[in-house]
Amino acid sequence: MWKYIGKRIVYLIPVVIGVTFMVFLIMNMAPGDPVKSILGEQASPEAIEELREELGLNDNILIQYKNYFLGLIKGDMGISYKSKVGVAEEIGARLPTTAKLSVIAIAIAISLSIPLGIIAAVKQNTWIDSLTMFVALLGVSVPVFWLGLMLLLFFSLKLGWFPVSGAANWKSFILPGIALGFLSMASIARVTRSSMLEVIRQDYIRTARSKGVPYNTIIRKHALKNALIPTITVAGLQIGTLLGGSVLTETVFGLPGIGRLMIQSIQGRDLPMVLGCIIVFTVAFSIVNLIVDIIYAFVDPRIKSQYT
Amino acid sequence: MDGIIHNNKKPTDALKIKQKYKKQSQLKEIWFRLKKNKTSVLGLIIILIIISLAIASGFIYDYDEDVINQNISERLQSPSLDHPFGTDELGRDILARIIYGSRTSLSIGFTTVVISLISGGILGAISGFYGGRIDNVIMRIMDIFLAIPGTLFAITIVAALGTSTINLMIALSISGVPRFARIVRSSVMTVKDVEFVEAARAIGANNLRIIIQHVIPNSLAPVIVQTTLQVATIILTIAGLSFLGLGVSAPQPEWGAMLSSARAYMREYSYMTLFPGLAIMITILALNLLGDGLRDALDPRLK
Amino acid sequence: MNTKSELILDIKNLKVEYRTDDGVVNAVNGLDLEIEKGQTHGLVGETGAGKTTTALSVLDLIQSPPGIIVDGKIKLEGKNIRGLKDKDMESIRGNDVSMIFQDPMTSLNPVMTIEDQIAEVIEYHESGGYKEAIEKTHEMLTMVGLPPRRGKEYPHQFSGGMKQRVVIAMALACRPKLLIADEPTTALDVTIQAQVLTLMKNLKNQYGTSMLMITHDLGIVAEICDKVSVIYAGHIIEHGDLVDIFDNTRHPYTEGLFNSLPNLQDRKAKLIPIKGLMPDPTDLPTGCPFHPRCDYAMDICTKKYPEKRYRNDQHFVECHLYDSDNIKRGGVIKRG
Repeated sequence: MWKYIGKRIVYLIPVVIGVTFMVFLIMNMAPGDPVKSILGEQASPEAIEELREELGLNDNILIQYKNYFLGLIKGDMGISYKSKVGVAEEIGARLPTTAKLSVIAIAIAISLSIPLGIIAAVKQNTWIDSLTMFVALLGVSVPVFWLGLMLLLFFSLKLGWFPVSGAANWKSFILPGIALGFLSMASIARVTRSSMLEVIRQDYIRTARSKGVPYNTIIRKHALKNALIPTITVAGLQIGTLLGGSVLTETVFGLPGIGRLMIQSIQGRDLPMVLGCIIVFTVAFSIVNLIVDIIYAFVDPRIKSQYT
Repeated sequence: MDGIIHNNKKPTDALKIKQKYKKQSQLKEIWFRLKKNKTSVLGLIIILIIISLAIASGFIYDYDEDVINQNISERLQSPSLDHPFGTDELGRDILARIIYGSRTSLSIGFTTVVISLISGGILGAISGFYGGRIDNVIMRIMDIFLAIPGTLFAITIVAALGTSTINLMIALSISGVPRFARIVRSSVMTVKDVEFVEAARAIGANNLRIIIQHVIPNSLAPVIVQTTLQVATIILTIAGLSFLGLGVSAPQPEWGAMLSSARAYMREYSYMTLFPGLAIMITILALNLLGDGLRDALDPRLK
Repeated sequence: MNTKSELILDIKNLKVEYRTDDGVVNAVNGLDLEIEKGQTHGLVGETGAGKTTTALSVLDLIQSPPGIIVDGKIKLEGKNIRGLKDKDMESIRGNDVSMIFQDPMTSLNPVMTIEDQIAEVIEYHESGGYKEAIEKTHEMLTMVGLPPRRGKEYPHQFSGGMKQRVVIAMALACRPKLLIADEPTTALDVTIQAQVLTLMKNLKNQYGTSMLMITHDLGIVAEICDKVSVIYAGHIIEHGDLVDIFDNTRHPYTEGLFNSLPNLQDRKAKLIPIKGLMPDPTDLPTGCPFHPRCDYAMDICTKKYPEKRYRNDQHFVECHLYDSDNIKRGGVIKRG
């Protein structure tokens, strides 16, 4: 098992380097001179050249990236053009909000989706199945920010149960968590249902029935673990979608997280800050993928044995 | 029927189905199965209605007069007979803007998907057909693209290149490439070793000819499904980015952008946030219904 | 027919349908089957004849929907077991009647250790906890020729033959009265087939289990069966012991099965395959379902389903070629 985990971690390194390099490259394609945007259009050529040298902008892109990556490992992501504070510090301050939001959304998504998917599969072609799948279909079709707006409109503005904006207390995270988690819940429920339907038609389920195991036990003990394998894949992908969705959700609910910081920085053309935010998101997604791979191996013995 | 073949291994049934479909092309077969699925047909009808509205919008409304021109005297009117969905903060008819918005979403959606499909398809075909090192290099690059969540990738490109419809399309096109590359690659890899392709090669057909005659028709089915779902994803992403102010910009009508400007008036004029969102949801719902139906039609075991 | 009291399984007039979008599949059409205690009963027929469906009906394991048992009686040791409540049926499955499936590759759960899968059946039917069940599992593994230490492994770590041994251990763990083996060796290599068959035969004798052996392989029937029933389109068309069926073949279909076998002694002998294919089960021919493929078909065959004709007190045929006189005199068909 440790060998497997070790290999997955080693495999993560080139992916993280590749991803960060690509993002770095794209961000460097930005038109306009960042130095001018720091010093203003009236700055003297000498001052501009001095700052360029200081920021390392005269080096070629590979060296710039190498310096950035080495800094990244040490937790240094450069200085914001606008606020002049360290990017890492600013992101660090915003991280708990985004983390809280994501964890709540994932928890809502997973705790509801899997039971719903199982029930829908077991009760295939009944009204429970139809209802669940209709809600799930709505879930994958509704834009997260519009769902957020509607929740905000109804529960905060009309009923006044939740705050309209900000991250003052736990109440501030309920509606954003639901809005963000709903899409993932719907997708995971759909895939759980279809993989469950596939699994309960397998020969080994019939074998288990031929042993006299009660049907409910078969679902719980035999079918679920097998059905979870494709579910885990989709759940992993969903977390990527969810990270993207957190940008929108934070904007709708005025949560001071990394997503909102990123959008504000884009509007302010604060490139180091934008780069830092995107890097944090992509690295987080890579780590999530690693965790998904490890969970995979715990569920499916066939994967583990490929690595031992 | 297919369930039985699967479970009880009755080749007689399988034979019957085979005979039934033997003479039909793959596309006809899919259409035949799709027709039986009521909800997918509903999805298809809704999409056709939306497309017709988008095409006909130019005849129903005058773009400059109804969609762009500000008319302060009629601003923020609740839904009425004159303005079924009400008017926005600049006095423009929301229904007209929603209908024109479908033009924006659909045209960007379909264009970018076609670009993704062609470039992803070519990359995937090369990768699957030649295999080895070329395959490895292409697919590792695709892996890196896939390691960034789609919305974030689009945001990255727009953040770097600046906010414009063209940049948005570039971003969306690129983010769709890896998925199509993967699908086409796996189709190519399964098809390439099938006997009839070997036979074609044996009689001296060149690679290009094999790709055009055999590989493309055989990868058509999964590509169609992915195209449908990808259009849905793209329309959602366009709306999302425009909502963030990074996509289609004013005054061009777009559903996400409409929601973004409606936010400020949400407390008093909630209808403004209702209709554009519904438009997005119905469009995506229809595409998903159709996509699901197509997938079931391609893989009837999962019914 | 004085052996009624000794029947372990008695199926009367079983009818099973699969109701699908494309029509009703008549899988089993009024099938009678009697299995005597302690005997091995072969059920022989082509793929699609209804063999597996019959077997699954006994354990009430037909996939529903679309499958449904329309009619018939199924008695285990004289007690009706058709239409029992789930709970009662569950106490029979794996305990009184157990089943070995055709494909060992797919019949074990890929994410459970094999000892847990065997122990599960013991835990459900015998008192005592998990620990005792595991102990007994290890005994069973030894019995089928697998080292108990491998119990902690997963199915993908075993070969096909070994998996089938695991399935056999699982099926016999609770010493069932009746073992239903659905083509247990079809998916295996020839050399492994022999091993597995010998193992089953020995264990069956050791435990005194009755067995229903479903196969399309007449060699296996000759090897291990006491009685044979030939099934065609969901009917038993000929039944008897080995001598009856092998040496006094009456039904043209049974004859056809023999003629389709390669003859190792006389390698110049020509194979005479049965013409045509199994009839479409959604649209069975009228009268005798074999008549479109039968070389001896007469007018009446297309109109009326033939009744049973007995050659002796057990050997019967359902064929219009015979009446109570000519059936005793010998087959109308010359073997090829």
